[in-house]
Formats: sequence, structure tokens, C-alpha cells
Amino acid sequence: MTTVIETAPQVATSTKPLWYVSDQTLDAHVPAGPLDRKWDTSKADMKLVAPHNRRKHTIIVVGTGLAGGAAAAVLGEQGYNVLNFCYQDSPRRAHSIAAQGGINAAKNYRNDGDSIWRLFMDTVKGGDYRSREANVYRLAQLSIDIIDQCVASGVPFAREYSGYLDTRSFGGAQVARTFYARGQTGQQLLLGVYSSLVRQMDRGMVKMFPRQEMLDLVLVDGVARGILARDLVTGEIKSYAADAVVLCTGGYGNVFFLSTYARGANATAVWRAHKRGALFANPCFTQIHPTCIPVKGDYQSKLTLISESVRNDGRVWVPKKAGDNRPPNEIPEEDRDYYLERMYPSYGNLAPRDISSRAAKRVCDEGRGVGPGGYGVYLDLRDAINRLGKKVIEERYGNLMEMYEQITDENPYEVPLRIYPATHYTMGGLWVDYKLMSNVPGLFVGGEANFSDHGANRLGASALLQGLADGYWVLPATLPDYIATAKPEPITTQDEAFAEAENEIQAKIRRLLAVNGSKTVATFHRELGHIMWDYVGMARSEESLVSALSKIRHLREQYWRDVRVSGGPEELNQQLEHALRVADFLELAELMAIDALARDESCGAHFRVEHQTAEGEAERDDERFAYVAAWGYNGAEPPILVKEPLVYENVKLAVRSYK
Amino acid sequence: MNLTLNVWRQPNANAPGRFVTYPVNDISPDMSFLEMLDIVNEGIVHQGEDPIAFDSDCREGICGICGIVINGIPHGGKASTTCQLYMRHFREGETLTLEPFRARPFPVLKDLIVDRTALDRIMSAGGFISASVGSAPDGNDMLVPKNNAEAAMNYAVCIGCGACAAACPNGSAMLFTGAKVAHMAELPQGQPERYQRVVAMLSEHDELGFGSCTNHGECSAVCPAHIPMSAIARINRELTQAALRGYSSATA
Repeated sequence: MTTVIETAPQVATSTKPLWYVSDQTLDAHVPAGPLDRKWDTSKADMKLVAPHNRRKHTIIVVGTGLAGGAAAAVLGEQGYNVLNFCYQDSPRRAHSIAAQGGINAAKNYRNDGDSIWRLFMDTVKGGDYRSREANVYRLAQLSIDIIDQCVASGVPFAREYSGYLDTRSFGGAQVARTFYARGQTGQQLLLGVYSSLVRQMDRGMVKMFPRQEMLDLVLVDGVARGILARDLVTGEIKSYAADAVVLCTGGYGNVFFLSTYARGANATAVWRAHKRGALFANPCFTQIHPTCIPVKGDYQSKLTLISESVRNDGRVWVPKKAGDNRPPNEIPEEDRDYYLERMYPSYGNLAPRDISSRAAKRVCDEGRGVGPGGYGVYLDLRDAINRLGKKVIEERYGNLMEMYEQITDENPYEVPLRIYPATHYTMGGLWVDYKLMSNVPGLFVGGEANFSDHGANRLGASALLQGLADGYWVLPATLPDYIATAKPEPITTQDEAFAEAENEIQAKIRRLLAVNGSKTVATFHRELGHIMWDYVGMARSEESLVSALSKIRHLREQYWRDVRVSGGPEELNQQLEHALRVADFLELAELMAIDALARDESCGAHFRVEHQTAEGEAERDDERFAYVAAWGYNGAEPPILVKEPLVYENVKLAVRSYK
Repeated sequence: MNLTLNVWRQPNANAPGRFVTYPVNDISPDMSFLEMLDIVNEGIVHQGEDPIAFDSDCREGICGICGIVINGIPHGGKASTTCQLYMRHFREGETLTLEPFRARPFPVLKDLIVDRTALDRIMSAGGFISASVGSAPDGNDMLVPKNNAEAAMNYAVCIGCGACAAACPNGSAMLFTGAKVAHMAELPQGQPERYQRVVAMLSEHDELGFGSCTNHGECSAVCPAHIPMSAIARINRELTQAALRGYSSATA
């Protein structure tokens, strides 16, 4: 790959540029032809593997969430020999389970003007025109079949009294297309996938490896042929060989330490793959969710989301005057500022996530925030309770309200909820082509772990959609095509590539354990989180990003000198697990800051303060930045930026307006 | 707040375990129980010792991985998950005894961590509807009366933590098994495999070494997902109907 040096800013202590730019561009292999025919055309051209030959092929799937679990189940059902891995004790724990609000589908059951086209347009617009058109259209197309499949597998979606499926509305849309199961939609969808998975386990088609964490990707002759995983119970490093590897390992939001992610969620699988050659796309696109329970203290270990669906019935407000400390119920109507309704009258409380989050930050920065510390806004159900009755609200959000009360000790039916934005999702991830294969042959990436469908901002109720689209439909079509086309030679873990990778991992573990410094892993992780939230968070500037870079580099250097990891390598050692994850976060964090610096525009969740309109909205620069920024790992040298130009054949790029 | 912890420490499945006492000082009542344990562990690491191993992931009460027996009650007796317990639920100066979930099919892996793959095996025996991807009719082709959908949901919310089995004097996982059987029996989609499902799941449950239900009700009392005892009544009813229709563990 030829590279040219762009005049990229430098960090004061270094003479190197921060990145190189490749003079080549990426081809996503999007099929030609009309948008609504592309997926069918693509499928028609795909090669197949005959049923009796499928069991000769082994496919590794890492992750058991909606994307990974569904892909493993369907590939097993097709007859492949599937090895499925998760770091938790059971595939049913994957963090898809925590998604609350719902799943979008263009069923138009309500006859309110929905269509595949409209879901496609809403998603492209919601992503601020930084997603790949053909992928998003396919997502909208598949949404219809997904609901059917979930119903068939026993997901108890909410129903009308007539027995028909019920829907509700969600942020960034003017139709009610969100299917839901109380406030536990993710749980019910994941358990649906899990039930398909255990069925294949029972049939012996899927072998499950719980409590095993992938620590490296193994390439043979440049092709993905296996993984190394650490058995978290015994500490043993194990090798697994396959004909293809699928990563559905979720997002990397825990780089912020405090987030709505599960504690164990980590970037190790994707980061290792990146270091083995897979391009990392748009790492700076991280979603800050507007409705989370505010931070209470330094000891806090995670943040909890209150589903955006509550914005359907809840009204967001802060006092009009800064310093108004009256209890919320004593603040009369005229002293309240329902700022979302005021600023975005047509979408109101359902403005998209990035916009709602920044608006909350703005009113809090003005000193009008509520609750301890002043970083919170009210989400008030009073009017909805008066209009619909408490029972209806209980039916819709009962479990969420219970959870809120447990955490805050406040009754949300009597006093408004307090919410504040928190890290929730990462739109960035490993670069994949239309068939969800990375630039490394044989390495496929699905769900949140890839970058493809949400552009610079994901709409609510679309993560579950993408997970199931990738897992149930796309990967089970494209993987057989790869196997039939590439015809991978048989391989075993005796290949020297496995031993080499294992030696590297063992050396790294020994090095971590040998530091024996003065600070715990959690201390470093928390510090990294502070840097990322303050300098690479909801508002970014060249200044903040350059200073983040030197802080991250300094922290990483300290980490390898001063971290304290107790216990040994060959036992159940949770400190070591965390230490390995944080070591990778410390590297990924740097690439996030570099990407944010290189993208000298604002778009979606990526807000550069240098680029905003007079009203403080994100200002895109389509001429210079209508591309996917895919980063190549370059060892000790600065990373290489490879661009995939975003070609919109059907959508006219416009200024996003929710007014 | 200041407390004393008596914690079960066991290096691995084959080594004997014992209780170790840890004083805990200056804890905020707003902390979650697991955040308190994080702080205890930070202290232990600083002293160069092995921190207390416990399972934890989502920390919002939904993934079902956490589970500690606190003063003899799984999840501490507030009918929530361990991660959703807050220190304000405890008294100043209290002594808390922390043990792993104990049931014959849940071997201890280390300290407070147990192996619950037995629950996956019960599910694998029949906790599914065999709907191959690609074969589903339109979602509205199969109407589900709201009452049935709601009833199914009341059972489907089980988080698979295993507290029911740990709380039961017989070590029975009937509440867990019944929740899945009842969820699927309520729905039209679940009808074709209804009877072989209950027989197969229950046979697996028994083979794994879980005990039988004798109606203590401890399971439902500690259940973070509030699965009612009717799940067990339901499993017995389904089993009787299955027997009348000629299904037995030999045919499942």
C-alpha cells in the first residue's frame, strides 16, 4: 500500500506526523444495479456448499449476542461445524440482553406511512450521511423478516387486545415502527436467539465454549484461520483452527470506563484482529445516550440506561433559571424549560440521541442542570400519568421504573426521573465490505463490532435490528459463499502460526504480571475513562484531542511500568483478565483520538466545536469528509488512513433538521 | 458505613474452602453491593493478596451472571439481583456472610463463582421452538391474545441466575424449568412441541442432580425476576397432560 504523508498535526514531543494517508481507496464490493435489487442480486451470485460437504467445514464465531448467537445457530442449522465462544458463563448473558426499548421494522402495520424506503432514509439521515447506502437499505429490507422470525421462535412481543402486534415510536422517526417486549426487548430477542442456539448445541452442530476469551486472531498466509482463547477458569491458552472466523464481539465503549456496557465488554478481539491487519473504521464515532441515570460518586462502576422509549411519554426539562433549587414538583409550569420541545418542535422529546445528548450538556453547562453535581435533567412522566393513568405507564415501563427506584431510591411516579448522557454504543468498528468480510480474507465481522450501518449516529431500536440482520440473514449467506469460493485447505492447530501467536500472548501475560507496580488495573482504567470523557467525549476540539493524545500515551507508558496485577497466569484470575483488556483499550484510545482529529468536521455523534452552526448544531463537510475512515495498523509507526468514499446513488445529502 | 464481611474463599474446585474476615470502612450507602466488593478487592490487591473472585457483568439486573448468598439468602433477600442491592439496604456495623450459590449441580470454581452450565443443559433439552430461519410466516398471521402474551412474558423474564436452585432446600431448579415451559405453553407457537418439551426438560433437570419441588416457595421469594410459584404448578399440569397423551422420558 503506497502512502503519502499528509500535513497532520504533531504532538509536541514527537517529530512524526500523527498519521499517514494511503493514496488507495477501499472497495466495498457493493453490487451494481438498483438499490432495492442489490441484496437479491448479490445472493443470486453467491456460491453454495452442498449439504453433505458442510460438516467438513469449521467456522469459529466469537460472541453470543444477537449477531454472534444468531450466526452460530443458523450456520449450525445449515450443517457447518460451528465453534462458538463467549467470556461469560453462558451464551445467554451477552450484553444484547440489556437493550430495553425495542426493535425497528418497516412493517407499516399501523398504516402510518412507514415503508422500507422510509426506514432506510431515517437511518441514513439519523447517521448524518456517513453510512454505506447499500448496507442500510439491506438492513431496512431485512427488518420485515426479522420480526416474523422472532415471533416464530417464541418472543412474547407486546400485543394489542385484538392479538395483533403492538408498536411504539422511538427517537429520530415520525412513525411508530418499534416492536417491543415491555422494557426488556433485548432480553427477549437474545433469549430467542439463545433458544435457537441451545437447539443446535443439543444436535451437536454448535460446540459452545463459555468462559473463554479470544486473545488473538491467527492468520496463515494472510488468511484468517483460527483464534487463541484463554480458558478463564484454568488460565490455559487454547488454539482453535477453522475455515473462517466471525467476530461478533460488540463495541468498545468501555474505553470510557463508565458506560452502559457490561463490565466485561471489551475491545480485545477486534483490536487483536486490527493488529493482525484488519482495518478499523471510524473509531471516533461513539454514541453518548441521552437518558442514563446520572453519576453519583467516584466509586461508581457503571452507568445504567433508562430506555429512550420513556421519551415517548416523558417530557424533558430543566428550570428556566440557573440555580433554581426548588424540588421539581414545586417548580411551576412557567418556570420550566422543555428545551427539546422548544428547540425541535417537530420531533420534540424524540429528537435523535446525539442531538438530545448535546442539548442536555448545553443546558447543564449553562448552570441549569439538576440533582447532585448539577449534571442531570428531568424526564417527567407527570403529564402522561395524568393523561393515561398510572397503570398504563406501569405496563409500558414498569421494570424500568422499578430499576430506577432501586438505584436512586426515588419514586419516578411521584418525582421526575433525573437523567444525563452516558457512553452507550460505538458506531465505529472493524471495516467490512458489503458481505461483512473485513479486508483480511476469511475474517467476518457482525453486529456492533463492525462499522457498517449506523454512520455517525445510531437511531434507537436499530442495534437489535442490525444484530439480527447480520446474524440471522447476512452472515449465513455470505460465509458459505466465501467457503465455496476460497476453498480453504484443511488446517490444524499444529501450524506454526498458532505456536507463534501463543508465544506472543504468553510473553505479554508474563510481562504484565512482572510489573508488580503500585496502582491497580481499575485505577488506570478509570483514569483513561476520565481522559476520554473530558477530551474525546461529547464535544471535541483540536486542542482537546492533541492534549488527549499525549495524556493517553503517558498513561499507557505508566501502565506498563506501574500496574499491579495479582495472582498467577494459570488460574481463574479476574485481575489479569481486566489487565489484558485495559492494555488494549490504552492502544485503541489513541486511535480514537487520532480519528477524531483527522475528521475535521462535525457529523452525528462526532462534534468538533470548530464546526458548528450558529444554533450549535453539527456542521458537516461533505466535500472533504464523505468517506469512511479505515485505519491500518502500522506497528510503531503512525497509523495509515485508507478511505472508502461514500457514494450516494439514491439519497441527496442534506442538512439534518429535526426542527 | 462500616461493616464486617465473612467471605467464603476457595482457590479452585478441588481445594477446600474456608471463611475469611474482612473489615470494610467508609462505605457510601449509595454504593451498590458489588461496588463495595470492588473497593474491598482494591484493598486486597494493594496488600498483595488474591482478591475475592465473583461473577458480575451487566450490573443492571438483567444478564443473570451475578449471584452471592448473603447471610444465607441468595441475592441477599431483596428479591433483586446481587448487583442491584445497594448498601443502604444494610445496617451500620452489620456482619455479612458471603457464600457462593450452593446446589449439587453448581460446583464452585473459585470463591463465590460457581459453574451453572447445568441450566444451559436443561434449556438445551427442549427450551426452544424449532423454527428454522427462513420458514416463519408473517408475525401477524399468528394472533396471540394479549392476556396470553402478557402471561408468557411474566415467565419469559427469567434471567437464569440460578438463585431458585440455591435457595431451595432440595436444590430444585423447577422454578427455572417451569418458567420456560410455561412461557412456551402460553403461546400458539409453542404448541406443537409442548408435551415433549416438558418431559425432556424435566428429565434433564432430574438427571443433572437437581432435586424435586416440595413447595417451600423459597425459590419464588428470592427470584429477581419475580417468577411466580404458578410456574411450578404449570410444569406439573403440563407433565400430567403429557403423560395422558403418552409422552414419557423414553419418547422425549
